[in-house]
Amino acid sequence: MKLWHETFEHGADIGIRGKGRTLEEAFSNGAKALFALMADLSTIEPQKEIHVECTAPDIETLFMVWLNQLISLADIEKMVLSEFKVTIRNNNLTAVARGESINPQKHDLGVEVKGATFTMLRVFQEAGYFVAQCVVDV
Amino acid sequence: MEIKSLKKINDFLWELPPVGEMRVPGLIFASQKLVEEMDEKVREQITNVACLPGIVHASIAMPDAHWGYGFPIGGVAAFDAEEGGIISAGGVGFDISCGVRTLTTGLTKDEIMPSLERLIDKIFQVVPAGVGSEGKIRLTPAQIDDVLAGGAKWAVDKGYGLPEDLEYIEEGGYVTWADPKQVSDLAKKRQFREVGTLGSGNHYLEIQHVFEIYDAEAAEALGIKKDDILIAIHCGSRALGHQIGTDYLVTLAQASKKYNIPIRERELVCAPINSPEGKRYFGAVGAGINCALANRQVISHLTREAVYEIIPQAKLEMLFDVSHNTCKVEEHVVDGKKRRLYVHRKGSTRAFGPGSPEIPSRFRSIGQPVFIGGTMGTCSFILVGTEFGTEQAFGSACHGAGRSMSRKRATKTWRGDTVIKDLSAKGIIIRTRSYRGVAEEAPGAYKDVVEVVNAAHQAGLAKKVAMVKPLACIKG
Repeated sequence: MKLWHETFEHGADIGIRGKGRTLEEAFSNGAKALFALMADLSTIEPQKEIHVECTAPDIETLFMVWLNQLISLADIEKMVLSEFKVTIRNNNLTAVARGESINPQKHDLGVEVKGATFTMLRVFQEAGYFVAQCVVDV
Repeated sequence: MEIKSLKKINDFLWELPPVGEMRVPGLIFASQKLVEEMDEKVREQITNVACLPGIVHASIAMPDAHWGYGFPIGGVAAFDAEEGGIISAGGVGFDISCGVRTLTTGLTKDEIMPSLERLIDKIFQVVPAGVGSEGKIRLTPAQIDDVLAGGAKWAVDKGYGLPEDLEYIEEGGYVTWADPKQVSDLAKKRQFREVGTLGSGNHYLEIQHVFEIYDAEAAEALGIKKDDILIAIHCGSRALGHQIGTDYLVTLAQASKKYNIPIRERELVCAPINSPEGKRYFGAVGAGINCALANRQVISHLTREAVYEIIPQAKLEMLFDVSHNTCKVEEHVVDGKKRRLYVHRKGSTRAFGPGSPEIPSRFRSIGQPVFIGGTMGTCSFILVGTEFGTEQAFGSACHGAGRSMSRKRATKTWRGDTVIKDLSAKGIIIRTRSYRGVAEEAPGAYKDVVEVVNAAHQAGLAKKVAMVKPLACIKG
């Protein structure tokens, strides 16, 4: 894996994957992979921030819940997000996510994501890096 | 899918005999070619569904079945609550009650062509589409509950459409068993500004012309002739439905453990229909169905206003509205006995045969209309349900062509602006806010809808009535 965030193929839907030196960085990059489906990340300015808190029974479910929180909050605020600062303690996650209001003229919009799923949901370590991935429903 | 392991019943029906933990056989309604093109994952998913408690008759796959979430897309399964039957979010899908509504316009192709571009521009202006789009309707928390309880009837009562529209929607425009209390505040909050929006991905609003009639008698009953102009709206329950899916994945995962349900993969998390969790999810699905029906009703109203402004002599009337991501409670005769079943249709359309009381009286003798959408560059089909399909597949047919190429590969293969130019050369106008979305939905990324529809027709699931072709399309 060369990129820190990437997508992978999965039938009618699409997989997203984040990689990092820490678990937090992998979760943050997973979120980047998610929002890269919705818009061109390089066009998003970090003008506004939202706060996220979530918890789950295990670290893999936490990744899915984290992404679903972002999808919901960004939808309510009509924002696209591009920067994420994540802290994880005992399967509890707190984060600050930054981005701006959606602007079709500016953001090269892609597809709306309906939800992150259990499909190919994995959080693991590989060659000294943390990787977090799952398939999202689009 | 390897054909050798299947038992051939006839040219369009294949059986996966029940082995191991399978409680019922798998049944695939498709041509040999379509079966061979199916992913092996589809076999695995049909098998997994066949192992779920309370499943009745068979785990069924439609001609376009492809790898989905838990159930295959194009999967049908019915469960008996009295026999420990379950309800699963994997059998409904994230976009609850996504579906297709078709309106007649009273116009012919010749009459619309001079105003086509102005017309699609007007509709594009008034029907919000694409990522992050907002509707004109702003709802309060109390009002959203009315939407979820009232469905399309709520919309008509608010002035979005005509009372006679409701007769031509499944369930008369709303399901009575919807329970808005089972929908989270977050799901409701996400919908405050999204009623009357098209969404993105494979959703569309299309102006079509009737290109060919296959069944003159059925076409007459449906009120369509060659060269007639129709408007098709494909969308679902928007963010509210998605959030119900997300919320209940967690609830159902806990329920699967609590009730020791033997599930073969995490995507099939479920709850017994008669458990508190199962009842809550079913009530939430009902609310999602009503949300989708209200949404398509509001979009129809906006479309009507736009069309009447540009072409005052037009008359937009409902042909029918069918959903293709649902779980509904229905009566079916299985082995000679009438049973009350919870029918999951995931990426498959209800297709009741002639005589069903669920069908509007005007075409009850013909069968329920079924819309199978193709791509923005090819064609779509209108069919009607059959007695055979009602008996063998709980009255179900396929809902589309199914992708043949992933979104990722599609965006590497095509550019949105080039796709739009190529379609324009073929006489099809595209309007969109997302070039990337158009590339992902390029006609070449889908299976051949003609083959899928012919298989549904030859398998006897539904009968072909007409082929329609796009003239202009709004992509979300």
